[in-house]
Amino acid sequence: MDLKKIGLCWLAALVTIPSQAKDMPLNLSQGVTDISGQVYDLHMTIFYICCIIGFIVFGAMFYSIVRHRKSRGVKPANFHESTKVEILWTAIPFMILIGMAIPATKTLIAMENSDDAELTIQVTGSQWKWHYKYFEHDLEFYSVLATPKKQIENKLAKGENYLLEVDRPLVIPTNTKVRFLMTSDDVIHSWWVPEFAVKKDANPGFINEAWTNVPKPGIYRGQCAELCGKDHGFMPVVVIAKEQAEFDAWLAEQVAKQQAREAEEQRLLAMQLSEQELMDLGKRTYDQFCSACHQPNGQGLPGMFPALAGSEMVTQDRQGHIDIVLHGKAGTAMAGYGKQLSLKELAAVVTYERNAWGNNTGELIQAADVQARKNAAD
Amino acid sequence: MSSVTDQTLDHDSHDHHHAPKGLMRWLLTTNHKDIGTLYLIFAFTMFLVGGAMAMVIRAELFQPGLQLVEPNFFNQMTTVHGLIMVFGAVMPAFTGLANWMIPMMIGAPDMALPRMNNWSFWILPFAFAILLASLFMEGGGPAFGWTFYAPLSTTYSNDSTALFVFAVHIMGISSIMGAINVIVTIVNLRAPGMTWMKLPLFVWTWLITAFLLIAVMPVLAGVVTMVLTDKYFGTSFFDAAGGGDPVMFQHIFWFFGHPEVYIMILPSFGIVSAIIPAFARKPLFGYASMVYATASIAGLSFIVWAHHMFTTGMPLFGELFFMYCTMLIAVPTGVKVFNWVATMWRGAMTFEVPMLFALAFVILFTIGGFSGLMLAITPVDFQYHDTYFVVAHFHYVLVSGAIFSIYAAAYYWLPKWTGYMFDEFLAKAHFWCSLISVNILFFPMHFLGLAGMPRRIPDYALQFADVNQIVSIGGFAFGLSQLIFLAVIVKAARGGEKAEAKPWEGAEGLEWTVPSPAPYHTFETPPVIK
Amino acid sequence: MSQQYQKYYVPAQSPWPIVGAIALFLIAVGAGTSVQQMSQEGGSGHWILLAGATLLIIMLIGWFGNVIHESMSGLYSEQMDRSFRQGMSWFIFSEVMFFAAFFGALFYARMIAVPWLGGAGNNEMTHAVLWPEFSAHWPLIKMPDGGETQAMGWSGLPLYNTIILLISSITLHVAHVSLEQGKRTALTAWLLITILLGVGFLFLQVEEYIHAYVEMGLTLDAGVYGNTFFLLTGFHGMHVTLGTIILIVLFGRVIKGHFSKDQQFAFMAGSWYWHFVDVVWLCLFVFVYVL
Ligand code: HEA
Ligand code: HEA
Ligand code: HEC
Ligand code: CUA
Ligand SMILES: [Cu+2]
Repeated sequence: MDLKKIGLCWLAALVTIPSQAKDMPLNLSQGVTDISGQVYDLHMTIFYICCIIGFIVFGAMFYSIVRHRKSRGVKPANFHESTKVEILWTAIPFMILIGMAIPATKTLIAMENSDDAELTIQVTGSQWKWHYKYFEHDLEFYSVLATPKKQIENKLAKGENYLLEVDRPLVIPTNTKVRFLMTSDDVIHSWWVPEFAVKKDANPGFINEAWTNVPKPGIYRGQCAELCGKDHGFMPVVVIAKEQAEFDAWLAEQVAKQQAREAEEQRLLAMQLSEQELMDLGKRTYDQFCSACHQPNGQGLPGMFPALAGSEMVTQDRQGHIDIVLHGKAGTAMAGYGKQLSLKELAAVVTYERNAWGNNTGELIQAADVQARKNAAD
Repeated sequence: MSSVTDQTLDHDSHDHHHAPKGLMRWLLTTNHKDIGTLYLIFAFTMFLVGGAMAMVIRAELFQPGLQLVEPNFFNQMTTVHGLIMVFGAVMPAFTGLANWMIPMMIGAPDMALPRMNNWSFWILPFAFAILLASLFMEGGGPAFGWTFYAPLSTTYSNDSTALFVFAVHIMGISSIMGAINVIVTIVNLRAPGMTWMKLPLFVWTWLITAFLLIAVMPVLAGVVTMVLTDKYFGTSFFDAAGGGDPVMFQHIFWFFGHPEVYIMILPSFGIVSAIIPAFARKPLFGYASMVYATASIAGLSFIVWAHHMFTTGMPLFGELFFMYCTMLIAVPTGVKVFNWVATMWRGAMTFEVPMLFALAFVILFTIGGFSGLMLAITPVDFQYHDTYFVVAHFHYVLVSGAIFSIYAAAYYWLPKWTGYMFDEFLAKAHFWCSLISVNILFFPMHFLGLAGMPRRIPDYALQFADVNQIVSIGGFAFGLSQLIFLAVIVKAARGGEKAEAKPWEGAEGLEWTVPSPAPYHTFETPPVIK
Repeated sequence: MSQQYQKYYVPAQSPWPIVGAIALFLIAVGAGTSVQQMSQEGGSGHWILLAGATLLIIMLIGWFGNVIHESMSGLYSEQMDRSFRQGMSWFIFSEVMFFAAFFGALFYARMIAVPWLGGAGNNEMTHAVLWPEFSAHWPLIKMPDGGETQAMGWSGLPLYNTIILLISSITLHVAHVSLEQGKRTALTAWLLITILLGVGFLFLQVEEYIHAYVEMGLTLDAGVYGNTFFLLTGFHGMHVTLGTIILIVLFGRVIKGHFSKDQQFAFMAGSWYWHFVDVVWLCLFVFVYVL
């Protein structure tokens, strides 16, 4: 019959298409930590239980569909009650549930115990980047999506870790209990690394705790898991786990670098950069940090993000302009970039904005100008 | 024609046997069948609109990279798709069925409060007009998900939020009035002899649904009001700087939101409990336990809300409490599933289209229930939460659950509504195409979620590409399949083989005692109930 | 033939619902646009809002006019009356749940959010890292961000208002009893007194708000204490206003000689509503002011 043919075609499609799929694991990953292993086991246990119940229920149903059909000339029975069976099939699922709840409770209690951590890292989400701060050390930095825009817009071939790569990954030591303090500067984000079975919301104004203890060095990737606005899909998490010794070396190096950068900043104050240099750096910085909202052409998104091209503040109010880039504007999506960008980059991006897209003010902003506004705020 | 139902008022100059025709008839009607029809047509229209948005989502996700739409627009599509399907398609469809069937099932002349009935319908199209119009505002429409979590919906949203808030208020008012009408009709207008334990299960489930609606829609109204004041009037309910908490939003929202999902499934249970006995030619197994199970599900639904919030950093004991309570819901739901299977057991089944949809419902809803149970296990939910695993779960219970049951109901009662049998071939084609494509559409989403694809993203890592493509193909196929239903309906409304008063051999209930199509006024005098 | 709904009256057509739907549409669009336009000069939002509100009033007058007419001409049966009563009770239940949302917010803020900001529970680090200066107290007169306000005491105006509302509940009950007993003069008098008490309550409430704004710095945006205070008392105040209007309408009808022992649904409904508003106030008084 026709219907059967249609059905068969569909079935064929159903079977052939997935056979072409590649690379994607079809199940939850076991992860690398002890906890993620427990979670995986729980997942499989419940899954199998559901399969068995499903097998019995659907089995009975299909048996009935095949055997108890009118076309076979059966006469319908008339029973419609049986207290005994009904009690039974209330009680048995209940027992099964208790059986599931016990291991689940155990794992949960273990997951929620973040005592005795050896390293604490504050993780702050903001639209659309992560900020990491090593609590016991003098080191903090931002971590932003590194995939080039061109790849996203399909103008360049997509790299292997498309959308799962950042400019500066978080680095943690292996075999160490690391505690994360999650918070946010604006909306709710959620920090998630599947391999660790850690997913915790970063709520503005509150700090949530989570922890992990990674036994194996490696690169672990995850994503923001709470809708946080336009670029929620472009906010990956990358964590590198290193052996303790390597980690210590890395940490020392980073701390030294950070100090060097601060010193460099001071030196910069006395320097004048050329227009060319400022505009080049400014464009690069703008495209990386600002264009997500204000758009590469400076037109913004009407009703959401203001245009900078022709903006009164940008063309006239020089101090206001530097201030808003430094400190952001409370209660809006405009975050402060004073912590994230270097003085040089800040100066460059402001210069760029004041001269691009027909804003031709002709003004150059130097690092010292930015520093002056920074001081003014203190 | 002695009944007062037909009485003409002394001040009514016109005789309503010559009731207004054309548009005016529909605008001014107080007849439960007219209003039921309006609800059903509206719901199906909204289903197409919401479905078209889903097609935009699926088209964008067909390949990695951004091709069709901007991320911001994508978020608007996700948000409005969710809102429209929930408030514009499933809920009005159920209310439409309630309007059509409840008075006929309990032997009542009409709904208890007929004018209010009209009002609760007609405010809906306006509410959705506002919501849809906001998409064309500068900055676009709501883009914060159908759950509109603060502060994304407050400080960080655009100006269409104000319209969104008031649109939701109107939808809420509509639902509450509709629910009041249903409850009062059932409690007060049953024909003599229609005792509580004789009520058809569809009526029972709707009674309980209506109670849920009245209990939680006002809470939704409250929470959107707080969103409004937080955004525009400087309050800080959801802002820590003023002593509030963004997570408080989620508590209040889900206190509404979880019962809401049962609002979208309990009437389905009622429908399936009517159809399976009819085509198994055997009385429903465990009628009483069905009633108690429905009531327990409704009761439990008030104390499980935070299972949507396991990752928000609740204290341990909160997580445990909500996990246990959520798991408990599997027990009464299981009772229902077992009862359906027991009803089929040793029956004499035939497989007309309503039965096909009902059977598919039982299996696919149960699969969705299983994934729900997996989500309830807190430590594992940390992995599943906000991934496509959740999307798979709720589409199984909503699309192959609620929507399939609505189709089952539509096919079951269509002869009663139109007086004609529908085109069997087309209807079967609709069923099989839907059944197969819905699984291609939603089953692989489980894999995407387990492999780590977050929901609400317009672009994804390369490993998810192939499965997303399959899902999208399933999506387009499912979408096209729904057009077959449109054809069935249009055809059946225009004519066809005349339907008897009781076109289904095994069907039981008062609605089958009146001719097909059901006369404009049924049961002007109460029927006698055995 | 059975007795049950022999006389269940189903009106034929009615223009009022669709008018009401348009009214709500205008109100929503008007309210939405005026909120958006708040920071701007002018704007059309409030005109649309006004048009909607006017239309809603016209609709209510027309609709209730029909109902009153039908009721007076004896079209309604006892069963019909039961429908109205049950409808009204469920409506009041929905109102209870609306207030429950705000009470929920109050309890949550007071028992969970504020203590957590102060470091309670598993939120030690919240306090230590983000809000080290903050200490949790209720009423929240010093906010995490440093803003300050004052708490509203319960003695004085709020206490008077409680007494006024309690008395008004009694006087309304007495009015109802008078209606049952057919004592028209007493009915009129007690109803009038109830209305005056309602107006008095509203007057004092406005007084209290002015006091809060002008002298205490307790405003709508004064942190979550101010928020819950104003939204709870504000929505309650709106309900008292509505209740008072209902009572005034009932008063008008009483003067016209409407209502009798067995034809008094509207009166019942009005008085239920009033008692409900009263109970909400008692909860408010206890949880917002006293505790
Ligand atoms: C019709 C709608 C509907 C229904 C009926 C359900 C039913 C259930 N849901 Fe679902 N759910 C949604 C709609 C629905 N859900 C939606 C829309 C969301 C997402 C919202 C959003 O974030 O946007 C969601 C999300 C959601 C979550 C949050 C996930 C997350 O975001 O992390 C959870 C977690 O516990 C959950 C659990 C459950 C459970 C336990 C049931 C149970 O009721 C299921 C019970 C049924 C069975 C278990 C099957 C039959 C039983 C048997 C055969 C008996 C024997 C079985 C056993 C003993 C195992 N749901
Ligand atoms: C009852 C509710 C309901 C229903 C019926 C559906 C139906 C569908 N939904 Fe769902 N969906 C939700 C409720 C529902 N959804 C909710 C609550 C969310 C969460 C929102 C959020 O995150 O905030 C969601 C989210 C959601 C997502 C996740 C989006 C994201 O996270 O970014 C996706 C992705 O595939 C999706 C797809 C679909 C599809 C393909 C259908 C299909 O079944 C639709 C089929 C119907 C049609 C297609 C219409 C008929 C056909 C035409 C109009 C002709 C045109 C056809 C073609 C061009 C082929 N939905
Ligand atoms: C997350 C989105 C986002 C990002 C990223 C962003 N901005 Fe903004 N920006 C905004 C918003 C929103 C405003 C409007 C604030 C308001 O309401 O006044 C704004 C305002 C501004 C203004 C003031 C414009 C005016 O006319 O008032 C300037 C200048 C500005 N941003 C510069 C920058 C620079 C430089 C960067 C990058 C280093 C940047 N922005 C990155 C969202 C963003
Ligand atoms: Cu950050 Cu999503
Ligand atoms: Cu839920």
